[in-house]
Amino acid sequence: MSTNNVMENVKLTAKDFATNQDVRWCPGCGDYSILAQVQRVSPDLGIPKEKFVWVSGIGCSSRFPYYMNTYGFHSIHGRAPAIATGVKLANPDLSVWVAAGDGDLLSIGGNHFIHACRRNIDMKVILFNNRIYGLTKGQYSPTSEKGKKTKSSPYGSIDFPFLPVNMAVASGATFVARSLDRDPKHLQAMMFRAAAHHGLAFIEVYQNCNIFNDGAYEPLTDKETKADNVVVLEHGKPLIYGKNNEKGIRMDGMNPVVVDLSKGEYSVNDLWIHDEFDENPGRSFVLAHFSDLKDFPTPIGVFRQIQKSTYDGDLFAQLDEVTKLKGKGDLAKLFRSGNTWEVA
Amino acid sequence: MAKDFEVQVLEDVTIRFAGDSGDGMQLTGSQFSNTTALFGNDLSTLPDYPAEIRAPAGTLYGVSGFQLHFSSLEISTPGDSPDVLVAMNPAALKVNLKDIKPGATIVVNENAFDPKNLKLAHYESNPLEDNSLAGFNVIMVPLSKQTAAALEGLQLSMKDIERTKNFFALGLMYWLFDRPLEPTLAWIEQKFKKKQIYLEANQKALTAGYYYGENTEIFMTRYHVKPAKLEKGSYRSISGNEAVALGFVAASYKAGIPLFLGSYPITPASEILQELSNFKNFGVKTFQAEDEIAGIASAIGASFAGNLAVTTTSGPGLALKSEAIGLAVMTELPLVIVDVQRGGPSTGLPTKTEQSDLLQAMYGRNGESPVPILAASTPSDCFDMAFEACRIAVKYMTPVFLLSEGYLANGSEPWKIPDVDSLPEIPVNYWKDKETYNIYARDENLSRPWAIPGTPGLEHRIGGLEKAHIYGTVSYVPENHEFMVRMRDAKVKKIQDEIPDLVVAGDQDADLLIAAWGGTYGSVTEAVGNLRKKGHKVAQVHFKYIHPFPKNTKEVLTKFKQILVPERNLGQLSKLLKSAFLVDVIEFNKIQGSPFKSSEIENKIISLIGGENVN
Repeated sequence: MSTNNVMENVKLTAKDFATNQDVRWCPGCGDYSILAQVQRVSPDLGIPKEKFVWVSGIGCSSRFPYYMNTYGFHSIHGRAPAIATGVKLANPDLSVWVAAGDGDLLSIGGNHFIHACRRNIDMKVILFNNRIYGLTKGQYSPTSEKGKKTKSSPYGSIDFPFLPVNMAVASGATFVARSLDRDPKHLQAMMFRAAAHHGLAFIEVYQNCNIFNDGAYEPLTDKETKADNVVVLEHGKPLIYGKNNEKGIRMDGMNPVVVDLSKGEYSVNDLWIHDEFDENPGRSFVLAHFSDLKDFPTPIGVFRQIQKSTYDGDLFAQLDEVTKLKGKGDLAKLFRSGNTWEVA
Repeated sequence: MAKDFEVQVLEDVTIRFAGDSGDGMQLTGSQFSNTTALFGNDLSTLPDYPAEIRAPAGTLYGVSGFQLHFSSLEISTPGDSPDVLVAMNPAALKVNLKDIKPGATIVVNENAFDPKNLKLAHYESNPLEDNSLAGFNVIMVPLSKQTAAALEGLQLSMKDIERTKNFFALGLMYWLFDRPLEPTLAWIEQKFKKKQIYLEANQKALTAGYYYGENTEIFMTRYHVKPAKLEKGSYRSISGNEAVALGFVAASYKAGIPLFLGSYPITPASEILQELSNFKNFGVKTFQAEDEIAGIASAIGASFAGNLAVTTTSGPGLALKSEAIGLAVMTELPLVIVDVQRGGPSTGLPTKTEQSDLLQAMYGRNGESPVPILAASTPSDCFDMAFEACRIAVKYMTPVFLLSEGYLANGSEPWKIPDVDSLPEIPVNYWKDKETYNIYARDENLSRPWAIPGTPGLEHRIGGLEKAHIYGTVSYVPENHEFMVRMRDAKVKKIQDEIPDLVVAGDQDADLLIAAWGGTYGSVTEAVGNLRKKGHKVAQVHFKYIHPFPKNTKEVLTKFKQILVPERNLGQLSKLLKSAFLVDVIEFNKIQGSPFKSSEIENKIISLIGGENVN
């Protein structure tokens, strides 16, 4: 609990969460929007400022903690989830957030990411997915599409990309969402939801790198095309999209099918109703897989939120339990455990 | 009726138990050690086991051994060559025969010397019959058959009966060396309280072994080794890994902050993780991470958030942690890194001992990345050095290396139990004051404030990028970079002001100084002691602090005409001494996965100062 908190009754604003450091991302970078949304929602999360810890690895987006006037740790490539785990286990009272790029989190740090998900550490992981290596100046990343021509793949990448949402779901993350840098309201809503979740919350943010991969998400963010290419997931609502809400997704057995609602063959009642709280992860996989299917919209929103005990919660519960069972540790007694003898 | 046996009083005995890796030799050896410790002897042990968990039975590479040296005097090594070898099968005999003393007693399980086992051990003829063991005192015991006879009537499979024969052998050795059965009987009682039949079987086998000695005439003499006159106090037996774990718990207690261990299992360091995972009622948090890097990364995170953070590993794991150690150097966070060294490079000899990671600890990172290095000298010294490593880490806000090695980690000896109140305090003062706060301002020790997340008004960012002096913001200013590189180096050198000076043991006026470090302590101490008893003049210093070196190192080194540096690597301490002090040293290197025999060091010294070789 926050004691001696002089700020306690003063309402903070986004500005209170900004540092005096010049933000050094390229002008036009999607990271600016993500930073702005985080600073906007932070005062309203009900968490004292001194309890926020932002941890990052290496990459453009990993500069993030320098711009947040909270505790922060800009660490080494890929290791942010592991460092954040240590922070949370040292002091579970802290609100621990990870900012990571696609190379950082899914390539060099893939192992830490899946294990943080598996353990359900109570922390928030924000993936800045621009599908490119920016800080090293333009090589393909583990989320770059196959065939992509970059500086290190002049004849096209022959790597298949990861679907980060699927990785998170398969690894046991208990909150999984996706949003867009160019949809501030939606992004803010996702931040609020993630912050309120108890357990590992993962948000994949599609983020534009206007220098090395400009327009990667344009069909999803451009006013003209967005409605036809994005389906917004909302709990209890049908999967419906299109300029005039004329398209929808229905399930045909295990397979999703895009249907045209304007022809009379199908109505809203035939559509897939989104259930965020479905214990079965199967539907989340199907949803995430849309981006691999031709003519399917890209879902944004909360794919999945389930409740499970957290590693940090269980760790401290076990410490308490054993202490109750054995009594508080007595060092002198511990030294003398096993057989001892006296030399006179 | 007990017969009258001749009882011979010995000063010290070295005994080695050897068998298949499934024969329970480590258990047998450690039971003998515990009983011997309780009896009051000084002792030192050397477990030696293969990297394979259960290598095929009867093979040469599946042989597991446990050697212990016990004495009525103070001793410092597990013994050069066994006086007694207990060999459970032909492979165990073959592997160990080369090590034992001429005329040594060999106790064999004759039932195991069948054609199959002889073939597996590549014996062309039975060594028990072909006179190849002439010159040894061979005692043939039908161990398997006698154990089976002792357990008659119990509903046990042949396999289970076979598995208790180590207790029969142990009982026989207890009789031979005049040790009580009670400690092991009590241990069995505790261990098998939920499996009554095994409890009964093991106790019966142990007792039967003892009375087999008493009632047969296979041994005409029993041996008695009187209790040693150790320093007054309470003692227990402790291994190096146990001692490291206790040292950390003690440091956490004295610092008044929780201990956090981030670690990934690796031979021969895993026991530290296992030990610490028991101590939850001391608030000890153990995090078995997904890999070596996450082990140290989580510890760094925990340190940032105010815990006493440690990570434990061995050579290959240390290689993986290098980048993160650099991060701890840059962020100036307290952290202890334990490297329980093993044979390298690469996977090397996982279960064998070596001291070849010194230069890795010293230099194995990018950039100028100074880290203090401490090295434990004996199993019980692991306690003191683990505690000391934590104290230095917190006081100087720095990562600190503690180098141990397989031989110290698994070996055990009596440990004089310290008084909790006599341990030094480890003051921890998290920074609280907003007004005077700068994250890279420095105190008189050149160390920066430890301001932990959750403290209002001290929000700050740290990281791997170069930091501006005092303010800790990112700085690419060239002069600042050089200043900070020199500052980090100066901070580590500053530790020299408080670490103990080298103490020259032996003859101050000798021409020859033996300078050693880490686990070589025992062999050198014994060799120097033996030679001085014979009238040779020899001096000895031992390095427990290697980075920085003690303040008087140059003064000591330049006092002697010759310096011999025995180490189990290709001259790593030698290189450091030569480059730091421009002194010439004579290297003496052994890289065979085992400690030096004291006789090897004695003979090397003899070759330098003259005299008669020892065997």
